[in-house]
Amino acid sequence: MSSDTGTTIAPEAHKSAENPPVQPSIKLKASLAPMTALELTSFEPKQFSEELAAKVAQAPSFFENLPVVIGLEKYEEPSLDFERLIEICQAHQVKAIAVRGASASLQDVARNHGLGILAKQKERNAAIDTDTPAASEPAPQEPKADEPAKVEIKTETQISKIVHHPIRSGQQVYAADGDLIILASVSAGAEILADGNIHVYGTLRGRALAGVKGNTKARIFCQSMAAELVSVAGQYKISEDIPSSTIGKPCQVYLDEQTLNFQKLEL
Amino acid sequence: MAKIIVITSGKGGVGKTTSSASISTGLALKGHKTVVIDFDVGLRNLDLIMNCERRVVYDFVNVINGEATLNQALIKDKHNENLYILPASQTRDKDALTQDGVEKVLNELSERFDFIICDSPAGIEHGAQMALYFADEAIVVTNPEVSSVRDSDRILGILQSKSRRAENGESVKEHLLLTRYNPIRVEKGEMLSVDDVKEILAIKLLGVIPESQSVLSSSNSGVPVIHDQSTDAGQAYDDAVERLLGAEKPQRFITNEKKGFFKRMFKGAATA
Repeated sequence: MSSDTGTTIAPEAHKSAENPPVQPSIKLKASLAPMTALELTSFEPKQFSEELAAKVAQAPSFFENLPVVIGLEKYEEPSLDFERLIEICQAHQVKAIAVRGASASLQDVARNHGLGILAKQKERNAAIDTDTPAASEPAPQEPKADEPAKVEIKTETQISKIVHHPIRSGQQVYAADGDLIILASVSAGAEILADGNIHVYGTLRGRALAGVKGNTKARIFCQSMAAELVSVAGQYKISEDIPSSTIGKPCQVYLDEQTLNFQKLEL
Repeated sequence: MAKIIVITSGKGGVGKTTSSASISTGLALKGHKTVVIDFDVGLRNLDLIMNCERRVVYDFVNVINGEATLNQALIKDKHNENLYILPASQTRDKDALTQDGVEKVLNELSERFDFIICDSPAGIEHGAQMALYFADEAIVVTNPEVSSVRDSDRILGILQSKSRRAENGESVKEHLLLTRYNPIRVEKGEMLSVDDVKEILAIKLLGVIPESQSVLSSSNSGVPVIHDQSTDAGQAYDDAVERLLGAEKPQRFITNEKKGFFKRMFKGAATA
């Protein structure tokens, strides 16, 4: 099992997204759905069919109508018989919906067979890994960071997640690949996480973890600091260690030479 | 269509059942056809507070299981013909409440009543979730102390994510009812103030019920305190019911009125 961005988050994080009062018929939302990837190293129809049959036999109910992503990061041959591949998958009640990490030529073929195209896993992470990941001391409950990958840096439009309602005790909100903006307070016992920066325009009483995938440039901003725990790229401080001069004040938290800095916002 | 209001708190012993009894009575006294349902299966209390425990024959779970009709299970209040009570089962547990069963009963009640008050059990598990799932509005009962406030915050999060309205992308209207409030102890710093609680929970204040001997004695005698309008708690519940119906009323009972040496002197002089 692997999710489509290589992270797993609690299902509650999705549910606590904003609820707009009027309801249009469609909504575009950033969403993480757990997805099974079928990683292919080679493709020989008979062998593939047998191996898939063996896997399905182990857990038939799990595979029933299961959508899968075909992982082609390790597939090095120049061509692939997608038609046959999809056919065999279908025969075993598995639905191939997209390919991941395919070479440019294979992407074209896959597209012609109605499959979606996903970027390579490492490229996706590299987009936010602009620095060498720090994270010497991993913060509790942070999504697992991938190993450092020095791939070329791409600029990608980052999607911020904006939440209009208070984050209550026991709730968890995660903004994948972007910033998290909360236009309310975050209660004690709540947890907010982002791959990018975190902004809280109310009182921050819960736990805030920015740059959870290792982005050391991520920062936390809040209107009033009363956090239980703050963390940037795995470096964290609990409420006892937060300088008392910033408690109850507008404040930003950033990482400087592996040390978390707290700065009152006085403009 | 009836309005479904859940009375909930997360924490136990904060006054959910007492408030359910007084608020449902208050709505009925103002002419609204009201039914109050005890969701606390296995720890049935509402019938005691409403003084109808000797008239319980069939209960909520019997109706869900089709062992009795609603008419057989509903108990008419002695004091007010607009008010009915649907008692919980004492011999079953919370798992007897199925979502489909609860929905069926609520739909049937909806046709006959203006207000359905759901008295939630404590906790955040199945019983409490069944009580809040179908709610249009929620009254969150909170005591002015940190653990109660924390649990109320938790239940507000569950209302936001696990209720039917939340699943449909709508929101449940939330009201804060602060009970057992003692302005003298707030002044001494022994209790959280109204403002403290409002700031943490960030929801609209429905009312503040002062800590009062009359609440306990009326519970014990089975007459909801709202019937006794000579008591401060009775008046406070009446104010809350009016606010629930949309009236704007200034908050009372949040400051210590009989305070200070001079005030007592003046009062003494005035009565002398």
